[in-house]
Amino acid sequence: MTFTIPIDNGDAVKIAEAESQRTLYPYVTGTSIVAIKYKDGVLMASDMGGSYGSTLRYKNIERMQAIGKHSLLGASGEISDFQEILRYLDELTLNDNMWDDGNSLGPKEIHNYLTRVMYNRRNKFNPLWNTLVLGGVKNGKSYLGMVSMIGVSFEDDHVATGFGNHLARPILRDEWHADMSFEDGVKLLEKCMRVLLYRDRSAINKLQIAKITEEGVTVSQPYSLKTFWEFSSFHNPTAGAEGSW
Amino acid sequence: MFRNQYDTDVTTWSPTGRLFQVEYAMEAVKQGSAAIGLRSRSHVVLACVNKAQSELSSHQRKIFKVDDHIGVAIAGLTADGRVLSRYMRSESINHSFTYESPLPVGRLVVHLADKAQVCTQRSWKRPYGVGLLVGGLDESGAHLYYNCPSGNYFEYQAFAIGSRSQAAKTYLERRFESFGDSSREDLIKDAILAVRETLQGETLKSSLCTVSILGVDEPFHFLDQEAIQKVIDTFEKVPEEDEGEGEADEGEAEAAAAAPAEQGGGAGAGDQDVAPMEM
Repeated sequence: MTFTIPIDNGDAVKIAEAESQRTLYPYVTGTSIVAIKYKDGVLMASDMGGSYGSTLRYKNIERMQAIGKHSLLGASGEISDFQEILRYLDELTLNDNMWDDGNSLGPKEIHNYLTRVMYNRRNKFNPLWNTLVLGGVKNGKSYLGMVSMIGVSFEDDHVATGFGNHLARPILRDEWHADMSFEDGVKLLEKCMRVLLYRDRSAINKLQIAKITEEGVTVSQPYSLKTFWEFSSFHNPTAGAEGSW
Repeated sequence: MFRNQYDTDVTTWSPTGRLFQVEYAMEAVKQGSAAIGLRSRSHVVLACVNKAQSELSSHQRKIFKVDDHIGVAIAGLTADGRVLSRYMRSESINHSFTYESPLPVGRLVVHLADKAQVCTQRSWKRPYGVGLLVGGLDESGAHLYYNCPSGNYFEYQAFAIGSRSQAAKTYLERRFESFGDSSREDLIKDAILAVRETLQGETLKSSLCTVSILGVDEPFHFLDQEAIQKVIDTFEKVPEEDEGEGEADEGEAEAAAAAPAEQGGGAGAGDQDVAPMEM
């Protein structure tokens, strides 16, 4: 915490308290990430929005990034903390490459490293305000896991963060199956993202889909989903509840 | 190596560019009892000779498990070896905790070598007086390394260190080209035969050697006395006869098996009792 004290000549003097600064609230945030395992690897979808509270302020934020040769990281939550995590991972993968010995960190190792980082920060009451999704393929094995800002960590066949937990996961539970083709996987992700677009106020209609396979990572160009607003219940939404909006 | 005016300090070079203290440390390795390592594409076997201080004491532990996928055999100052094994276990377990993945042995060996190098460049330290044969797995399969007190490390298909290791090395040099494709059982047999070479005449008994193995689908573990004795019995004939290449007919092998087994099961003090059997 810092205080400003005005002195005679009008100058303000800042006095910093001994207590170090901790993360108390997120400021610029990204919304849901949805990811599934499919036949050749992992598919991940995210929109490109960065909200500043209730304002949809930034519309070109890439919330998914390739890590090393085998992994893909997606993040929701505070964007600056995501960038900090990318810096940590950059250093980690750089040192890994410098060994130059035929061994490399796979998605499982990166996921566990992130779990340690997130949990340790939580223990110091200074969390990185993110929910991270880590997907990857190494030696033919697909991997998909998630870490939350309090260090809760697990692996699954399909994951979603934020609003996606409530809106996308029921769809995935019903419609996901093992060894989906690329086209089916994308269709499923788009279905989830469309629901999120209708119902999550911090979602924007500009999304990217990333794919990771044994060959590597490809992040698609941003594109929009077709939406339909002529549902009868959208026409007069307050018909059943006078006075609401 | 003779005493000279450049050998008091590890941080003093000789005019010919040698660090004598480091070389003396490597001598300490040669004084320890033998340790042998060999590897195939998928397995690593570490074996050593059990040396006891006296007839009354038990033998010193020279092979240590570092992790499920890494083991180390030492020769030289066993105390230094114990400390370094503890370091290796610590590094390995810290890596496992952070990454939930086994530490590649090649990286552990570099950490170990860097640690040894520090002791060759500080005037208030001395080099570790122990040689380490590190066997382990990483992404590319099984590996065997030798870590030297000098801070150097080398990768080997097979190697032996300690006293009378030259005899074992000669045996291994003859056979190493086939080790890559060896079966697990053949690898163990070759390790025990190499140990026998260092004994130079002394009868080979399972109580005299320790054998350990690790592999791609096999966590590090020691072979028990029975298993070792069984392998010895496939090639060890009656002690009076010349040691052959292991080709004995069924009858002789069985008869010979009974004699060493009885001796091994008894006091086993490494004596040269004449076999009571008559052929």
